[in-house]
Amino acid sequence: MSSIEERVKKIVVEQLGVKEEEVKSEASFVDDLGADSLDTVELVMALEEEFECEIPDEEAEKITTVQQAIDYINEHLSDS
Amino acid sequence: MLDGKLAVVTGASRGIGRAIATSLAEAGARVIGTATSEKGANAIGEALGDRGRGAVLDVSSKESIEAFLADLKEEGAPVILVNNAAVTRDNLMMRMKDDEWDQVIETNLSGIFRLSKALLRGMMKAKEGRIVNVGSVVGFTGNPGQVNYCAAKAGVVGFSKAMAREVGSRNITVNTVAPGFIETDMTRGLPEAQREVMLNDVALGRLGQPEDIAGAVRFLVSPDAAYVTGETIHVNGGLHMD
Repeated sequence: MSSIEERVKKIVVEQLGVKEEEVKSEASFVDDLGADSLDTVELVMALEEEFECEIPDEEAEKITTVQQAIDYINEHLSDS
Repeated sequence: MLDGKLAVVTGASRGIGRAIATSLAEAGARVIGTATSEKGANAIGEALGDRGRGAVLDVSSKESIEAFLADLKEEGAPVILVNNAAVTRDNLMMRMKDDEWDQVIETNLSGIFRLSKALLRGMMKAKEGRIVNVGSVVGFTGNPGQVNYCAAKAGVVGFSKAMAREVGSRNITVNTVAPGFIETDMTRGLPEAQREVMLNDVALGRLGQPEDIAGAVRFLVSPDAAYVTGETIHVNGGLHMD
């Protein structure tokens, strides 16, 4: 089983069609990885599926970097 | 032409919806046709045979849409959606009740929003999708006694254009087919005098058949229409020319 960080990064690579080495933890989806608004919605949907959780819209809006996504999942999964 | 594609057609138990469902099935799609009643759903199932099935769905109800999605799960994600289900609650503006207004907007406009949203996720993932909304010529011309219906049908056009812009980058097209005066149960309910007046204005001098609409829908979901989106195809025999 790969770590949450690895799984999140893998999803980012797949969804945004970027290279693995570009997906640094501090990378911003929009500014660094070229995502548009629809991409970010899709990304959140993919995270929800991978981690079998639901990310409310107001939380999803705050997830703008790779690290924030990892943090959210870490927090959320430890709750359940 | 549509081999292996899963299609959903709402309001498919009779009239235009039935013709669309049959036509898409003939083109090779597996079609799930919906009706609000069990009886209607069974009739669709019989009409489609092994090329599809009927399902119960009330697009004005969130719960019903959720149940429909759960029911769909095993079959995979539809890449074709034809939003055809619609109702009329005709009345003169002076007499129109809030209920009559609400019911028509709920089914004919909000229903399209809800079901399109529900199926969009699968289309985005597949990076492929065709949505065809059935509008109406009266959404362009207006019609006395139908402020609710005309408003909803005009709304469908704006909805389609906005959605087309949003999801175009995902290879999903959204178009409208606007039927004119088509021979269905819905138009058979019109007073004879009104039928005659309308028919006078039809350049082709006859009522349209449900199959005339199905042909336009079939084009829009086919590979031939890959570069058509946000557009309205008028199928009205020349009753109204845009």
